[in-house]
Amino acid sequence: MPRYMLILRSTDEVMAKMMETPFEEMLETMGRFNEELIKAGVLVAAEGLDDPSQGVVVDFSGETPVVTDGPYGETKELFGGFYILDVASKEEAVEWARRLPAMSGSKCEVRRVPTIDEFPQDNEWVIKERAWRERTGQV
Amino acid sequence: MARADRPGLMPAATDGPPTESARRAVEAVWRIESARIVGALARYTGDFALAEDAAQEAVAEALVSWSRDGAPANPVGWLLGTARRRAIDSFRRRAALDERYAAFASQLAEGEANSGAAPHGRSDDLPWDPDRIDDDTLALMFISCHPVLSPEARTALTLRAVGGLSSEEIARAFLVPVPTIQARITRAKKTIAAAGVPFELPPAEQRRERLGGVLSVLYVIFTEGSTATAGDRLLRPELAYEAIRLTRMLSALLPDEPEVFGLLALCELTAARFPARTGPDGEPVLLEDQDRRLWDRSAIRRGQAALARASALGRGLGPYGLQAAIAACHASAPSVPQTDWERIVLLYEALGRVAPSPVVDLNRAVAVAMAHGPQQALEMVDELATSGRLSGSYLLPSVRGELLTRLGRTEEARAELTLAARLCRNTRERSVLLHKAAALA
Repeated sequence: MPRYMLILRSTDEVMAKMMETPFEEMLETMGRFNEELIKAGVLVAAEGLDDPSQGVVVDFSGETPVVTDGPYGETKELFGGFYILDVASKEEAVEWARRLPAMSGSKCEVRRVPTIDEFPQDNEWVIKERAWRERTGQV
Repeated sequence: MARADRPGLMPAATDGPPTESARRAVEAVWRIESARIVGALARYTGDFALAEDAAQEAVAEALVSWSRDGAPANPVGWLLGTARRRAIDSFRRRAALDERYAAFASQLAEGEANSGAAPHGRSDDLPWDPDRIDDDTLALMFISCHPVLSPEARTALTLRAVGGLSSEEIARAFLVPVPTIQARITRAKKTIAAAGVPFELPPAEQRRERLGGVLSVLYVIFTEGSTATAGDRLLRPELAYEAIRLTRMLSALLPDEPEVFGLLALCELTAARFPARTGPDGEPVLLEDQDRRLWDRSAIRRGQAALARASALGRGLGPYGLQAAIAACHASAPSVPQTDWERIVLLYEALGRVAPSPVVDLNRAVAVAMAHGPQQALEMVDELATSGRLSGSYLLPSVRGELLTRLGRTEEARAELTLAARLCRNTRERSVLLHKAAALA
């Protein structure tokens, strides 16, 4: 069962527009889309992120990491959240992405999520991570 | 013809057989929309066969048109619009025989006129009633699994109408020729029409039994994917996945039915082991030899959650829930010896009471062998053999051969395993049995 991540990417302008939308309305719009995913039996996980202005960026361009408050300004692109879907094909993942109730100006990147059996099973770090996943029931 | 065909994602191709990219694009949209389109059309007309035909015509047209012109900018609108037009055509043809169809045709045509040149909203595309989509999808599942149909017809129709799979995909999954699947579906639609089966939710007094029918179709699809009965592949994960998707759909529609969650749990927990069930060359790997590190932890977690839901509903576990509980014992055990075999024996006893079956008895014997040793288990298996209830199945001699091996009765064991290999239809499993027999020589 291939898994795909829909990565929601927006911009400053889109975020500003989103802030003007009444919260209830936004909840309903997203809720309806999420319900579609649930009823289609494809939703595995989803999270949305808090206000980017509350975030922090750690920049590794120089010799030592530089920490700045606020969003990652240079690219004008802001990561807003993600979905993980269980679908039959990349095309199906793309078809769901097309249906996102996204505002004009935002983007969605569709990427496959590899499963643990695609990694070398004898690697000690893979073993450790797997043990953590087993203990905590992570996706 | 090229009404909605604006430049799409794909390069345009010349006329000819559908291109691979067009086929994949149509399949992706259809998987998502099939149940809703067929369901809405069937409710609107009360004619399931007509709805399915119109939908299939739209899909066939999409394959040709999208191959030639590229996928449209709004694939869903395109498919909905085309399905609706095919339905209108079909109503007009029938209007001569039955005036109700003339009314359907003009109502549908009106909807199209109102929707404008490039419909984006769903509400304009069909007589769409968002509050009824769930009931339409459920009704579609019930009619596709209707008891007037043969078991083969039920699986084919469910996969096509509800799952949105093409006849080609279904044929590939079941290793039968495409015309066989097409004939099954055509015959099934005729049977439903001839029996006058209405497109509606079953009345309350039949609901439980009919739901059982739907679950058993989903389970058959899952087991065919998880243990292919024929052919040279042990697993057909795409088919098993389809069953899981349909069961998840059903669980969202019927959140208070314990057996729906029981079946969902069983499928998730069984599918969790898929990555470990075959070796590098596709050969089956037995439970005791499986690398449990490969088990899909997130599927196990989902299975456990579904099982908890089935239990929490407070009506006790049914046959699927009990099998899921057994699968959950395996899923949480670090190895075969560290498995709670005592609990598994009890669960098989409970399963044997609610759903008596010789296969359950045989599995209980295997669990007894693990919990209390092979001698006691062999007595159970011999009793089963005497009853003749599993004659012709490779399972009985295969288990018997295992137990005799463990008891050191190698000559008898070899004979049993050889017999099992002869009866087994899956080439992969057969070679494992022959290998075991040879190892005893």
